[in-house]
Formats: sequence, structure tokens, C-alpha cells
Amino acid sequence: MIETRDLWVRFGLVAAVRELSLSAESGGWTALIGPNGAGKTSALRALAGLVPYDGEVLFDGRDAQRLGRRALARLVAFVPQKPETPLALTVGEYVLLGRTPHIPYLGGESRSDRVAAARALRRLELEGFAERLLGSLSGGELQRAVLARALAQEAPVLLLDEPTTALDLGRQQLVLELVDALRRDGLTVVTTMHDLTLAGQYAERLVLLDGGAVVAEGTAVEVLSAPNVAAHYGANVRVVEDEAGVFVLPVRR
Amino acid sequence: MATAAGSAQEAPRVEARGLGLRALLVAAAFLAVSVAVGLAVGPVHIPVGSILRSALSYVPFLHVHQPLDAVDRAVLWQLRAPRVALAALVGGMLAVAGASYQGVFRNPLADPYLLGVAGGAGLGATLAIVYASATAAGSNWTVPLAAFGGAIAAVIVTYVLGRSAGATSTTGALVLAGVTVATFTAAVQTFVQQRHTDVLQNVYSWLLGGFSTATWSDVAVCAPYIAVSSLVLVLHRRVLDVLSLGDDEAASLGVDVSRARLAIVVAATLGTAAAVAVSGLIAFVGIIVPHTIRLLVSTSYRAVVPLSLVVGAGFLVLADVLARTVLTPAELPIGVVTAFFGAPFFAVVLRTSRGGR
Repeated sequence: MIETRDLWVRFGLVAAVRELSLSAESGGWTALIGPNGAGKTSALRALAGLVPYDGEVLFDGRDAQRLGRRALARLVAFVPQKPETPLALTVGEYVLLGRTPHIPYLGGESRSDRVAAARALRRLELEGFAERLLGSLSGGELQRAVLARALAQEAPVLLLDEPTTALDLGRQQLVLELVDALRRDGLTVVTTMHDLTLAGQYAERLVLLDGGAVVAEGTAVEVLSAPNVAAHYGANVRVVEDEAGVFVLPVRR
Repeated sequence: MATAAGSAQEAPRVEARGLGLRALLVAAAFLAVSVAVGLAVGPVHIPVGSILRSALSYVPFLHVHQPLDAVDRAVLWQLRAPRVALAALVGGMLAVAGASYQGVFRNPLADPYLLGVAGGAGLGATLAIVYASATAAGSNWTVPLAAFGGAIAAVIVTYVLGRSAGATSTTGALVLAGVTVATFTAAVQTFVQQRHTDVLQNVYSWLLGGFSTATWSDVAVCAPYIAVSSLVLVLHRRVLDVLSLGDDEAASLGVDVSRARLAIVVAATLGTAAAVAVSGLIAFVGIIVPHTIRLLVSTSYRAVVPLSLVVGAGFLVLADVLARTVLTPAELPIGVVTAFFGAPFFAVVLRTSRGGR
């Protein structure tokens, strides 16, 4: 379980995240939503320990700032919006890099690391790809390789920054289904998301940020109301609700 | 944290290409051949067999007969051997430092001189030649020491400047700071040279680099730095792969990025400064050797770093053979050789590897 208490992220005089207190249950999927500049990515990066912050981030009650880099990396895997994928590395080499927090600083992979990497590849149906170069993969395969690297980290928490940017509709669903399958395996998932409909479809808990602060949180039905979206995105939308979920549809102003 | 150690026998595993045994053997053979050529070729030809037997004759209890007369022995062990050893040390160091800099700065054009080593060493050497050697007819060590000191000082200024410029993009700021320092030192050096045109020749012959005056004491002076530096860099080969994912991802994998970068830069700089102090500035080795390995073997630093060390050593030994034989009895500056033969060779490698791996 992840908890933040009174979390502030400041860049100089600007506060990107203010007083964020949230808790994400183990095995759950929490989506941080909000307009551009709302502080979604900063909040996610604070959870990953990548930006300095005030306040507390707790993993199962343990203070992240007291954990140290490596210990934190064994608890939290982070996939940035545009992951760096050196094109001339093989998929196997790339996924093995996910084992870094389990390997001594100047050491090399042990047998268990190689097995864990193979397991991650299998989980994402990339068994035959270990020898392939990253540069030879299609967009969808590359996305799976990135997830496999994060999975090889064997951290109980998976943080994804905008996992569906630059993907077409079909691939967006494919990736989100994969993430959902990993969540059902027991991972705690926190993502930032732009697409409100998709966020509502996959995450059971939405946290709407604006100006760095939480302005609404709860289920899709609770958070994705037309007034909420109008107030915080400045967008004119129609919200349709049926048994398949909540759909946020833009309407021309 | 499931380790699955029990079922590991049958469980499928992922292997990194890493440093393949075949590639390492080829590289070692290349170095061995280069060294043999370096020892055998010269105004006096000494057959490889005699070199081997002469070397073995110094091993106690083997009772191998010394096949060479006193003159040949002196040529071999007092002139050529230190020269070959120094070229190997410097070549290995420059190549491994270049590979590491390219990894740390994620810039394929980074070379060991990126952070101002060359400018600092050049300025230090120029000042020593102009002011120290001119007055006190300084000892043999004045110029190398000044070059070493200048190189280290320049990189420290670069690092301080780069860090103060901004924490957000440290590598970009560092590279810019390096350019700033290099430009400034070049300006001062030119100014000093213009005021003392009488020593221009000396300054240039030092700057162009070479091994014509190599002695065993040169080897002894730079070997410890180069050994420690290259060991540190080789140990960081996997860390360099992690850093190739960028600062954020490396940090999220548990690596203290700024500390790792500092360790690698310090090691590469110290070794390069020691190399520059005994050999002057030798262009291109730090770029051509790592890239050749990337194109022919693998882009993973697990392969690039150790292979650069071995291949760089062999490459510079061969380049030095050419430098001293092409225009005998005159010598070409070795930097001219590395560029003249290196550039076309690299062009061929670039062309033939296209669409390959």
C-alpha cells in the first residue's frame, strides 16, 4: 500500500504539488488525472523518489526517504512517459537492466536475475524476442519490452507516466489490458492519464488534480462529472453513463 | 521476492550478449600481433622468435640462451619495448576513456578531451615550455607534470562550472562548461605562443604527440594511473548500460546517478591526463576504437568498455609503428597517423556494417 501525507513538490517558488494526501491500496489501480500542469507527473515522480519533496511517502508504512535508492527501487518500478530504449540493445539485455536494484553496484547478473528476466519476458509474451534488437521491434512490442523491464524489477508497485501517449486506440487498450493483468497478479498500479474515459474504464480510483492539489477523488462516476471536467479542464463535455462505464465525450463549444 | 533458485536448472534464462569469448580472443590476438610487430619492425629487424627467446632468457631457471647481441638487445629492450608498452597503455586508456565518456554523456561524439583535458594539458605544457624550460632548462618531467596538472585543473573548473550551471540537465551543462574551458585555455595558450614565437616548434611537437622519447620511466610513471583508471571503468561497464537509459530511469533502478557519473568522469579524466602527460594529444583514438567495437560486436558497454581497452592498445601500437617507419628516418606525428589511417578505416567499417546487426 502507498500513502502520501501532506506531500509538496516545489520547483523554486512554484509548487507543482500541494498538500497531496492519498492512499493507494495493494492490488489496486489509481489514476492521477487533471489538466496539463496539474502536477500529475510531479506527484508520480515524487512517489518514485525522482524529485525532492516535503511531506511523507510511505510504502506499507515505511518512509521512502529513509529507504535509500536501491531499497526504494526494489519496491517501486517507474516507467516514464517516453522511456529511453537504446535501439541497439537486445530485448534480453534491456530487460536484464530491470534487475539493477537486485545486483551489487559493480556486480553482474546472477542466475536468479536471468531467470527473473525470462519470467518477465514470458509474462509479456516476448519469449522469442530476447535476442532481437530493440530497434527491430514494432511500437506495440517495444511497449511490452518496456513493461517487461519494469516487471523484471519485481517491485510490488508499478508507476506509469502516461502509458498510452502516442498509441492508437487499439494499442492503448492492449497496453492497459496488460497493465490490468499485472495488477490482477497483485501489483499496485498508479498511472497518470490524459484520456478520462480510459482512466475511468481501468482505474477503480481516480484522483483529479488541479493546480497541484486534489480537487476530487473517488470512482469514475463520482469524479468524471460534466461540471468537474468543465471546471478543471475548461472543456465542454457530455458524460454518458451506462453499464459499460462512464464515457467523457467532447462537445464543440 | 521470488528468486526461484530451486527451479533454476530448468527455468529459461535470458543472457546478455555481454563480452563474448570470441570477441575477446580476437581482440587479444590483435593486441598480441600488434605488440609483436611493434617489437620486430624498425631500422633493425628483429625476428619474433628471437624476441620471444630473448624475453624468456630473462626468466630465471628456464636456461634459455640469449639470442641477441648487446646492440640488438638494447634496441629491443631499451628503445622499442618501452615505446610499445607506452603506446599500448596510452591507446588503451584513450579508447576506454572515450567509450566511458560517450556512455556518461550519452553523446557518440564525446571523446576523452571533452571536458577540457586537452586544453588544460596544452596550456600547462605551453606554460612549462615557455617559462620553466626556458629559464631553468627544466628537468624532463617539467612538461609532463605541467600538462597533467593543467588537465586536472581544467576538468575541475569544468565540473564546478557545470554543476553550478544547473542541476536539471547536468550532462548538457557539463559539456557546455567543457567547451567554455577549452576555448578559454586555447585562447590563453595562443596568446602565450604568440608572445614567444621562438618556442612555437617545441610546443607544437609536444601537442602533436608521440612516443619517440619513450623510456621505461615514462611507462612506470603513467602505468599506475592508467591501471587504476581502466580498472574502475571496466568495473563500471554494467553501470554505463544502466546510465544509457537516461538519468531518471537509472535513478529509478536504484543507481545514484550523479555519484556514478562522478566516479566514471574522475577515473576517465585521471587516466587521460596521465596518458596526455606522457604522449601529448592524440586525436581520434577515443572515438574510432569504441565505435568500431559498437559496429562490429555490440553496443552494450559490457563489451565496448573492456574491448576498447584491448583494441585501443593494439591500435595505437600499430599506429606508432607506422609513425616511425613511413618516413624513416624521420617520424610522423602519431596523431597524423591515427587520423590518416583511422578515418578511412572507420569509413569502411561504417559502410560495411550498415544494415548489419
